[in-house]
Amino acid sequence: MRLVLKKRAPLPPWIRLLVPLGAILVTLLLSAVPILAAGGALWPSYASLFKGAVGTRYNFLETCVKAAPLTFTGLAVAFAFRAKFWNTGAEGQLLAGAIAATAAGVASSNLPPLLALLFVCGAGFLAGGAWAAIPAVLKTKYRVDDVVTSLLLNYVMWHIMGYLLFGPLQMPGSSWPRSAAIAESAHFPILLAKSRFHLGIVLALAAVFVVWFINSKTVFGYQARAVGVNQKAAAFAGIGVKSVILKTALLSGGLAGLAGVGEVAAIHHHLLMDISPGFGYSGIVIAMLGQLHPAGVALSAFFFSGIAVGAQSMSRITGVPTYIADVIQGMALLVMLVALLLTEYRIQAVRD
Amino acid sequence: MDHILSATFLTGLLAAMMRMATPIIFGTLGEILSERAGVLNLGIEGIMLMGAMSGFLTTLHTGSLWLGVAAAALSGVLLALLMALLTVTLGLSQHVSGLGITLFSTGLAMFIYRLSVGSPVNPPTVTPFTQVALPALSSIPILGEAFFTQYALVYVAFLLIPVLWVLLYRTTWGLAIRTVGENPFAADTVGISVPLVRTLCLAAGGALMGVGGAFLTLAHQNMFLIDVVGGRGWISIAMVIFGNWDPVRGAAGALIFGLLDAFQLRLQALGVDLPFHLFLALPYVLTVVALVGVSRKSSAPAALLKPYRREEKG
Repeated sequence: MRLVLKKRAPLPPWIRLLVPLGAILVTLLLSAVPILAAGGALWPSYASLFKGAVGTRYNFLETCVKAAPLTFTGLAVAFAFRAKFWNTGAEGQLLAGAIAATAAGVASSNLPPLLALLFVCGAGFLAGGAWAAIPAVLKTKYRVDDVVTSLLLNYVMWHIMGYLLFGPLQMPGSSWPRSAAIAESAHFPILLAKSRFHLGIVLALAAVFVVWFINSKTVFGYQARAVGVNQKAAAFAGIGVKSVILKTALLSGGLAGLAGVGEVAAIHHHLLMDISPGFGYSGIVIAMLGQLHPAGVALSAFFFSGIAVGAQSMSRITGVPTYIADVIQGMALLVMLVALLLTEYRIQAVRD
Repeated sequence: MDHILSATFLTGLLAAMMRMATPIIFGTLGEILSERAGVLNLGIEGIMLMGAMSGFLTTLHTGSLWLGVAAAALSGVLLALLMALLTVTLGLSQHVSGLGITLFSTGLAMFIYRLSVGSPVNPPTVTPFTQVALPALSSIPILGEAFFTQYALVYVAFLLIPVLWVLLYRTTWGLAIRTVGENPFAADTVGISVPLVRTLCLAAGGALMGVGGAFLTLAHQNMFLIDVVGGRGWISIAMVIFGNWDPVRGAAGALIFGLLDAFQLRLQALGVDLPFHLFLALPYVLTVVALVGVSRKSSAPAALLKPYRREEKG
C-alpha cells in the first residue's frame, strides 16, 4: 500500500476563497490539543479568545492596531514571493525601518507635522528597501541563495540596532537600550477617541490597495508575476529579470520598513530592542494564508492579530500560555499548505 | 596586544572555538544528510530550539543529562518526520514547509517550556555536562587543554564528521542517498525507494539538529532562553552551501565560524573598548560574505527542492 497523488480537474474559482477559511477552521480545531494540554477548558478558552479579539470595541480596535504591522509585513512577503524572490528578511527590514524612523523622528522637532510624517515614513521605507536590496543583489549578481542571506541579515540588523541603542541612538543619560523620544510632530495621530486606532492602520489599508493596483494594473506588476512563474520564459520575452527582482525587493523591503515606522511613530514613540515580537516572520504565514493576494493578506493579518490579542485574554482567564498564538500561527501555515495541495491533487491509496 | 599572543589566551580561544562550533557542526551534518537526499530542511532553526527545550526539560525533571540528549534527538526525529510527511509524501514546497516547521516548533517550544516551568523570576537551571579530559592527549601543551578537555558532545560532533563522510562516499547506503538526491528516477529504476531514503535521511538529520540544540542548554549554558539558538540553524544551512554539501568542508566552515565567535567573545572579555554589538553581528556578516565567495562555484544536489512523483516523470 502506498499513497499516490492524482491531479484533480481544475476546481471552480470560489473554492479558492473557501480554502483559507477551511484551513483556519481546521487550525482552530487542532488548537484544542495544546489548549487541553495546558489544562484549559475548551469552550471557555475559545470564548475568551474570541471575546478578547473582537468582543468589545476596545479589543476590536486593538486587533486593528496589531493588524497594521502584520498587514505591512504580509504584503512585503507576498509581493516578494509572487516574484519568487524568497524574502524571509521582513523582520530585519522592519527593524531597519524602525531605526530610520527613529533617527528621522528625533531630528524632526522643527518640522510641521505633515512634513515630519512624510520624512519619517520616507526614511523607514527607504531603509527597509535598501536592506532588502542586499539579498536581491547577491541573488542576481552572485547567485547566493536569497532565503539564507535574508534570514542571516535579520540577525545582523538586530545587532546593529543593539549597537545603536547602546551607542549613538541611546537616550542621553539613560543606561537602558532605549532611544530618545521622537518629536511630537512625527507621531501618527490617533483617529478614534479612547483607543490606539492610528493613522498607520489607514496607511496599511492604502498599501493593500496600492499593492493590488501594482499587481494587476501595471506593467511592473505583470513582469514581477512573469518572473515568478517562469524566470527563463520571462527573460526570453525580453523582461529584465534582474531589475524586476531588485525593484521587487525595494518595494517589499519598503513595505516591511513601514511596519517598523508604525511601531515607532504610533505605538512606542521610542526605539526599543523588543520593538517587534516577530512581525516579520508572521508575515510569511500571513502571505501564504492570504494566497499572496493583497486583500487576502489584509484579512489574514486581521485574523492573526485577533489570535495574538485574544490569546492574552485567554491566558488571563484560563492560564493557557500566550505562546499558544505562535503555535496556532505555525499550525495554520502547515494546514494551509496541505489544503492548497488538496485543491490540486487527490490522495489515493493504491496497492503495489 | 600581549594578551592576544599569550598561551592562555590561545588555549582559551581554541577551546571556545570548539564549543561554539559544536552546535553548528551538529546542525550542518544533519542538514547535509537531508539535502544530499534531496530535501532542504528549513525547519532546522525550530528543530534546534525544540531540541534545546526538550533536552533541558527532560534533564530538569529526570536529572539525567544523557536522557535529555536522547529526548532532544527524539524531538528532532518527530519534527523531521512531519517535514517528511509534508515534503516527501505530499511533495509540498520545501521552502514554505520548512519555514512552517520552524515557526510551529518555535511556538511549541516556548509554549511547552512556559507550561512546564511557569514564569519564575529566575529561570530554572540544570547541572550541565562537565569537561572530560582525554588521557594522555589532554596533557599536550596548549592544544591538549583546548581540544582534548572538552564536553563529551564535542567529541561526538567531531567523530560524526568522518563517520558521515564515510557513510556518504564509501558505503552503498551513501551511494543510494546521493543517487536519490541527484537523480531519483535512476534510483527508483534500480529499486531504491526514494521516499524511504528521503524520510530516513530527514529523520536522522533531525536527530542531529535536535542534539545540536541540546548542547546549547545542557553544556554551553545550563538554562533555556527563547533566543538560545539565535540563528545557528540558518548559519548551519549557510555552512552546508559554504562546504559544497561535503561533511568535512562544512564542518571546517563551522570551525571558522566558531573561531570568529570565540574571538569576539574573548575580545569582549579582555575589555577591549569596541562596540561589542557590532562584533556580535560580525560572524553573520562574514557568513554572508563567505556565501558570496562560494555560491557561483557551489553545486547543490540536482534534485534538491524537487518533489519526487513517479507518476510525473517528464
